[in-house]
Amino acid sequence: MNQNLIQYIFGVADNCLILGQRLGELCGHGPSLETDIAMTNISLDLLGQTRSYYQYVAKLQGNDSTEDTVAFLRLEREYKNVLLVEQPNTDFAYSIARQFLFDVFHLALLTELQNSKDDMLKAIANKSIKEVSYHVRFSSDWMKRLGDGTEESHQKIQTAINDLWIFTDELFHQTDADKEMVKQGVGVDVTLLKEDYYKKINSILEEATLEIPQVEYFQKGGKLGIHSEHMGYLLSDLQYMQRTYPNMTW
Amino acid sequence: MLSVVSFKPTTDNRQPTTDKIMKNWPLWEVFIRSKNGLEHRHCGSLHAADAQMALQNARDVYTRRMEGVSIWVVPSSQITASNPELNGETFEPAMDKAYRHPTFYELPDELKHM
Repeated sequence: MNQNLIQYIFGVADNCLILGQRLGELCGHGPSLETDIAMTNISLDLLGQTRSYYQYVAKLQGNDSTEDTVAFLRLEREYKNVLLVEQPNTDFAYSIARQFLFDVFHLALLTELQNSKDDMLKAIANKSIKEVSYHVRFSSDWMKRLGDGTEESHQKIQTAINDLWIFTDELFHQTDADKEMVKQGVGVDVTLLKEDYYKKINSILEEATLEIPQVEYFQKGGKLGIHSEHMGYLLSDLQYMQRTYPNMTW
Repeated sequence: MLSVVSFKPTTDNRQPTTDKIMKNWPLWEVFIRSKNGLEHRHCGSLHAADAQMALQNARDVYTRRMEGVSIWVVPSSQITASNPELNGETFEPAMDKAYRHPTFYELPDELKHM
């Protein structure tokens, strides 16, 4: 069993699961029916992608492993998502800012993952890229609407961007497993995506008449399984059904 | 131009202004073409701040199950409707004139969507 490959996939897929879960919390709570449906659509896109990754992991792990055990029965430290995606919804501005900061990265990652030497990862990236292109369009649009909207919306989205900015640098960190997978031509070297990422983010922020946060300290840890205080609550929601009714299926 | 919530309720809702904040976004009618060669059909309405947002919302609300290949949105305020109180004189005279309906032809099987 290729542990490095499995760890690498967790690093990619757990972002989709955890962000999908966060967006799912908005179901029935969106600011309007239309945005509610839009956010839950994105959630379902991400969960669909997660399933493809986890089915692959289950196959690699063998034994009794299934996509459900992979998704629901790990301990907090075993989830390798970045801190950004586990941050709470707080308000619509935070949800949009978090989505935007992740989407731009996600699209760049999948674009490169299409060249992976691993056929399965290549196929998943290929299938997901249309969905994620739409996510980028959706969240970028809303960044501009809120930033260049009313005084109140401008102030709220600026606050959200300022608060979430410290989580952006972690997107470009590599674990040992990541480095090994890059060496084998399976993984994407995220360090190469960084410059272009901030260029894109900054240009949208400027269009949205928002200020680019000037931060020197960045938060990290999620990729190593060291999560923020929000993660435990999120997981207890996410895992409740499988923990309470083991092996439950639809 | 993108906008958030500032709207002046005029006949043209596509022109955002900042002098009045409307509580709700204006209403839009959505038309979807389910496949090429068919006409766009009215499928419902939704709220959006401007035309671009209306298109995006229509995509999310009405085409999640592969319903369409093309979307039109029209501000509801731009639609002029017939008066339901005048339904009698508007529509009923057509009811007893069956010869006006092209129901006496056999349509070939190849002809669909008629």
